Amino acid sequence: MTIRKLSRGVALVGAGMSKFGAFPGQSSRDLFVEAFQEMLASVEKGFDPKEIEALFIGNFSSDLFENQGHTAPIMADWVGLTPRPATRIEDACASGGAALRQGVLAIASGLYDIVLVGGIEKMTDLPIERVTDTLATAADALYEVPAGFTFPGLYAAMATAYMAEYGAAPDVFLKVGYKNHENGALNPKAQFGQRIADIMEARKKSAAKKGLPIPEWADEMAFLNDERANPTIAWPLRLYDCSPVSDGAAAVLLVSEDLARRFTDTPLYVIGSGQASDGAIHDRPTLTSLPSAKKAAEMAYQMAGVKPADIDVVEVHDCFTIAEIIATEDLGFFEPGQGWRAVAEGKTARGGERPINTSGGLKSKGHPVGASGVGQVIEIWKQLRGEAGERQLPGNPRLGLTHNVGGTGQTCVVHIFERR
Amino acid sequence: MSAFNHITHYAALGENKLVGSRCSACGKTFYPARPMCPACYGSALEAVEFSGKGKLAAYSVIYIAPTAMIQAGFDRKNPYCAAVVELEEGPRICAQLVGVDVKQPESIRIGQPVQATFLQRGEGESARTFLAFQP
Ligand SMILES: [Zn+2]
Repeated sequence: MTIRKLSRGVALVGAGMSKFGAFPGQSSRDLFVEAFQEMLASVEKGFDPKEIEALFIGNFSSDLFENQGHTAPIMADWVGLTPRPATRIEDACASGGAALRQGVLAIASGLYDIVLVGGIEKMTDLPIERVTDTLATAADALYEVPAGFTFPGLYAAMATAYMAEYGAAPDVFLKVGYKNHENGALNPKAQFGQRIADIMEARKKSAAKKGLPIPEWADEMAFLNDERANPTIAWPLRLYDCSPVSDGAAAVLLVSEDLARRFTDTPLYVIGSGQASDGAIHDRPTLTSLPSAKKAAEMAYQMAGVKPADIDVVEVHDCFTIAEIIATEDLGFFEPGQGWRAVAEGKTARGGERPINTSGGLKSKGHPVGASGVGQVIEIWKQLRGEAGERQLPGNPRLGLTHNVGGTGQTCVVHIFERR
Repeated sequence: MSAFNHITHYAALGENKLVGSRCSACGKTFYPARPMCPACYGSALEAVEFSGKGKLAAYSVIYIAPTAMIQAGFDRKNPYCAAVVELEEGPRICAQLVGVDVKQPESIRIGQPVQATFLQRGEGESARTFLAFQP
């Protein structure tokens, strides 16, 4: 296979995000302004925003979530960047990662030197059934959805295939969510800034306040296995196996490599970019791996000239807990069938040998779908620059990777970043 | 161009048949039927009827249903099983799995043989036959 390289280098010199969560009364443009302002403030040496030449905005379905199509020019207008070209990129939950890749390619092509990449989604205005229906439009409407499949259902089906093939039990999925809540509690931007233990305590207090019997759980796993506290959504996945419905936005500034140090002394270089597509879940040779993720990862590793073992910081697309386990195998961090054992042994915890999703992941940080792929980059930006606060990984991390999935793997985008 | 699409797919299900397509050039079979062979780009595809026999490849018992399944009477108290089935001819397909104990999801076994069955759903214009499987 030919190893593809960018025809010129691209650097990340600014990054910002809104808080992720449920924000009644705020539209996606309000959240994007919040992300844009934080991005501006992150550029240490400052710059004139009017130098930005083009925008690529990841967004899955503002049409159905907000009754608003054609969102990219609105974002450009709200941050004072018309008449520059503004294009919306849609690849379901991988829209943000795909927008990032388009921004990278636009600079590498030589056409632009300074590009703004954004991700937006405003999901919480709709009732839950319509959110479920809207997300289901990322699946095959003719041949997957009529079977009764929802998104949790499709990932749950992968979970049953994984359990049958490798002997994992649903308990280990819950441990992924537990771990991501531990991380998200240290992230001020996270939708759920609470550990599972904090949530248990809050439940007890709430029951006491209402004069109801106070629930008792032996430990966090007992709570997570309690059907009343953690109801089944799509067996074997429970509520705490699923990322939440979220509002949020994120924005990053990309420039050509030669300009990077005009903006900051600590740029991150985009050294690997891969993207792949795939058919519906039933048309794949495997149900325990995402072929598109393996392909996108291979492209990114080859472009970057690095191996999985070289990567220090990893943000993967944990839209469901099983997705994180499969991602860690597809990215080559663990052998097929070993990802669940790594979780059980604590290897993917913040203090483990292969920390995964130090931001809290989509599970705890939130999953405003079109923003998630750009939101992942914010964590890499902070970790590689030593700005991740209480959740900062030790050892001066140098290489970071993002893995952003659309649908059940009809799209996957992988990027690798380096601090030099 | 062969006239295979979702209309012909659901029309065949209406006659309680699983009709896919086979590429005359390379012999690859497709279910659901495709109008062009994505493997060799052959455009001569012939209809082929599948036996409806297969085995369970993956499944989930779904408690939070989409609108269409809520309208079909399913909810948290009445969950249903959605599955991926591997047909004996090779292709896999998504379909509802009936005749299994959804209250005991662990009792449903991956690899178990299943057989096609046909469900009528919807009213008036939207009435159609859906593919399902049962043990
Ligand atoms: Zn062919």
